[in-house]
Formats: sequence, C-alpha cells, structure tokens
Amino acid sequence: MLQLTCALWALSCRAVPVQTPESCSQSTAVVQVAAGVYVRPGHTAVVFEGDEIANIGFVVGDRCVAVVDTGGSPAEGQALDCAIREVTERPVCYVINTHVHPDHLLGNLAFHRPGVEFIGHAKLPRALAMRGDTYLERASAYESRVLDESIFVFPERTVTRVIQLDIGGRVLTVRAHKSAHTDHDISIVDEQTKTAFLGDLVFLEHLPVIDGSINGWIGELEAMSGESLAYVVPGHGPARALWPAAAGPTLRYLTGLRENVRGWIASGGDLASAQDKIGQPRSEEWLLFDRYQRRNVGAAYAELEWED
Amino acid sequence: MMNNTRWSAFASLRGCAIVLTMLAPVVGEATTVEEDMVWTGGLKHAYFENRPITQSDDVIVLDAPNRAEDAAIVPISITAQIPQTNERYIKTIHLFIDRNPGPLVGTFHFTPKSGRADLAFRVRVNAYSPIRAIAETSDGELFMSRRFIKATGGCSAPAASDLDAAMARLGKIKLKTNSVTHLARPTAAQLMISHPNLSGLQMNQVTHMYAPAHFVRHVKVSFDGEEIFSAETGFGISENPSFKFFFVPESEGQLTAEVTDTKDLRFSQTLQIAPASR
Repeated sequence: MLQLTCALWALSCRAVPVQTPESCSQSTAVVQVAAGVYVRPGHTAVVFEGDEIANIGFVVGDRCVAVVDTGGSPAEGQALDCAIREVTERPVCYVINTHVHPDHLLGNLAFHRPGVEFIGHAKLPRALAMRGDTYLERASAYESRVLDESIFVFPERTVTRVIQLDIGGRVLTVRAHKSAHTDHDISIVDEQTKTAFLGDLVFLEHLPVIDGSINGWIGELEAMSGESLAYVVPGHGPARALWPAAAGPTLRYLTGLRENVRGWIASGGDLASAQDKIGQPRSEEWLLFDRYQRRNVGAAYAELEWED
Repeated sequence: MMNNTRWSAFASLRGCAIVLTMLAPVVGEATTVEEDMVWTGGLKHAYFENRPITQSDDVIVLDAPNRAEDAAIVPISITAQIPQTNERYIKTIHLFIDRNPGPLVGTFHFTPKSGRADLAFRVRVNAYSPIRAIAETSDGELFMSRRFIKATGGCSAPAASDLDAAMARLGKIKLKTNSVTHLARPTAAQLMISHPNLSGLQMNQVTHMYAPAHFVRHVKVSFDGEEIFSAETGFGISENPSFKFFFVPESEGQLTAEVTDTKDLRFSQTLQIAPASR
C-alpha cells in the first residue's frame, strides 16, 4: 500500500511506502494534504456509473479520528477505514456526512460500530428518508445485488448552525449551511491547519450540480470567500486547493448560469427550450457537462421562475 | 381507499429494485413488448377496460426528453393535431408513466373554448418507463401517443430539493398570458402553483421518518365563468406545478384559476384579460 505525500496545489505527489496492518486486505490510497489531514482523492464520474467518485477523508487528532464522508458503498467505506489504520492506531470517533449524495454517504455502514458518532446537518435525515428508496434502487442495479435500508446510517447528532468537535489537540468546526448545493450542506474546518473540507459546496473539474438552491449557493460561496483558510478539499476535483481561488470556477459557473436562465425566463422561454439551448458559461472547461447541464438548467429555472 | 392505493404502490416500488437489477444489463435492447409489460399486463385494463385505443400521433403528439436528467423535474408537452370545434374536440387527455408508483399522473379536461388542447407541464419519473398520453375525443374515441423515457441523473431523486422553500410559499399562484392577447384567437396561458406536491411515498423503514402525502389534486381554470381547462392531478406532477394551456377570449373578461390540494386547502388567482381586436 502506498501513502502519497503532496506538495502544493496541483498535487505533485510522491509515493511513500507505509506498513499495512494484517487485518486489512483492501485499502485505498490517501494523500496527506496538511499535517494530520488526509484525503482519498475521487475520480470524476456520474454517481452509480463508477466507484471512488468523491473526495473523502479524515483528520487525525491526539485522541481519535474524524472521518469526513465515507464514499459510494460500504466497500469503499471499509477501504477508507483500512487506510486510516495504516496511518494511525487511534480509533475513529466521528463520521461527518457533508450531504446526502450517495457518492459521499453510502460508505457509512463500514463505520457503524460502538464509539463512532455520526454527525450531519439537521435536514440530512429528511433528505435521506425522502431519497432513500431511489438510491437503493440505483445502488442495487449498479452493484447487481439487492440492497435494503440497513445500508443507511442516519446521523445521531445533527447540526443546525455550528458545533465544535475536539478530537484531542485539535478542534474541528462543523458548520451547517443554508440551502446551497443541497439544502443540508456541512463544511468542516480543521482549526489547527486551517484546512476545510467543503463537501460539494465547491466543485473543481466536475461540473457543479445544483440540488438545493442556485441563489443560496452563490450567497454561501460569496459569504465564505472572506474566510481565511489555508487549503480546502473540494467535493470533486483535486484533493486540495487554495482558498478563495478554489471557489472561483463554481461561483463563475453559477452566476453565469443564473444570468442566462433569468434572461430566458424574462423573454418568455419555457423550461424545455431552456434545457435545449442554454450552454455553459465559456470561462471553464467542465467534465460531465453533457450529463449535468440540462439538469442544472432545469433546477435553476424551477427556482428562478419564482423570483419576483 | 387513498391509503390502500398508497401502500400497494409502495409495495410495488420496493419490488422495483429486484426488477431493475435483472433488467439493467439488457435495458438498451429492450423491445417495445418488454417495455410495455406494465401497460399490457393490467394498467390499460384498469383504466380503459376493453375499449380500443389507437396508437397514433395524428390526434395528439407527446414530447418528452429521451433522458430525464433530473428525475424530479421532467418537462413534457402535448400538442393537439386537431382543432377544438363544437362538432369534435379533444375532451380529455390522460397521462401515464407506467413504472411510477402512481402511474396515472393526471387527467386533463378541455372544452371547445380551450381553442387548442395543447398542454405543457412537468413530471417526476422514477425509473426507465414508457410515458403515454391518451386523448379522448368528444365522440368517444381514444388515441395514444407514446414515448420512452430514461430516468437517470446519478444523485437525483423524484423528491423536493428545497422542501422548506416550497412550503414557505405554499399556495402562491402565478397566472400569466402573453403580453398581447387577441380577441377570439387561441391564447397561451400559464398557471404556476407553489406547492411541494409531496407523494407521501418517501418513507424510510429504519427511522419511520416520512413526509405525509400533500399534493395538488384539482385544478380548474375558467374564463368569465366558463370552464376552459381542468385537471385531476397526482404526485407524479413535479413540485411547484406549472401548466401551460390555451383559451379563446371572445371578449374582455376574467381568467380565474382555482386549486385544491389533498388537505382541502384552496387557492385561487384571477387575471384581467383585455384582448386586442383581431
């Protein structure tokens, strides 16, 4: 097994051999993005059309380990658990879910054991209950086996505004956001290294996907841009990026899309034609544009048509 | 009755995972016969018994995207191919999405005063499914326009993305027409209703947490007291239902929309229409 050590933003990574515990057969490669902060980099793909899609990770404290998102399946969660054991003998004490999407959350089951507390946004349980059936169907089809609801682990502690978690010698600030990428996004700041896991509040490379509120998302990113953070871990794209530069592509995409959709609505164009005609703002090249742009136009249209 | 329907629908939804698992590898090659199993296996008979239905795009044409990028909001439209005359007109259009938990999405009624039996709205699509619009003409004939829709989109689900925003605006209605309307000519109008349109199916066995059913069930639009468009609708209609339809203003008058939901909440909106002369 390899552990990768990274230099700066573009992730020029160096492979470093690490001892593998006997008990873990299937680990996964992680990179250390700041002292004690690790990321399992994702590979851009559509949910249920690939594995290891999202950036997920963990923070190692003197007392215990906090996991941030668990990946797209229990197997992925287990591989992350093994990667943690290659880095530290300290136990996992928290699993923080940034939001409901399956590529981030369906690995929860791998950590469902005594001593691990699951934490999420106050609106996460409702979102998971409302989408659970659909996700089960898709996950079952993808994995070619029938999954049931026992795969879901709901948060035991929910966050309405902000809480702090002490994992021994370092404090994590866990913030619940207003409706943005989803209506229940969570961000986590490691106060020691000023490194933030932003979940899908920030996308790089992978086209941003609107599943909450385009207006809310732009507002949250603008408000967060002033925060002094060293590095951020975006939900998709490189394992770490600089702040606030990392917010730029997502913010430019959303504001450009909003302008286009507002114009379309004002000129009397309907939703179907908007989806057919509105392309991306030209500033960035996005992956998965063909798979998510129509969806984004639809979501933006359905929200913005109620603006006045 | 409502409860029974819901629970049997829920049971069939749960069965879906198995069906999908078996069919997934061959979906691309599925024949129309396989695709239509739900329809021919009982759905058609449940609503139309043995009445003949002509599959043809000569009376209405259904337009739907091949792929539903967002399962929660799929825009569809129906375009009438015959005029609404007093002698013969499209009286009713039924819309079915075979593999949705509630396959009958809505039943829409038109009159000669509608001018054109065109309709556009947005639906939820749970799975790969045929979608079919069936027009009933005033002389009692049935014509079906059929498409096939691939529901996909990774993380999307046929559920509200921002339920609280929808609830905060519950019952707000927008009623719009083109800026200039012409006397005695079919005029496009749009009715928008802010409503979460919750299916009540979105339940989880582990937490027993769910959002109870709460959706728009009846819509009626009239012009100066005469009905021009009405609908019985279900939770297959997307949140914040939006309907585009036509009417013929023969004079100045009031366009009125009345909406009733499953909690018997009533909402209405009126728009003054002053058509320009021909």
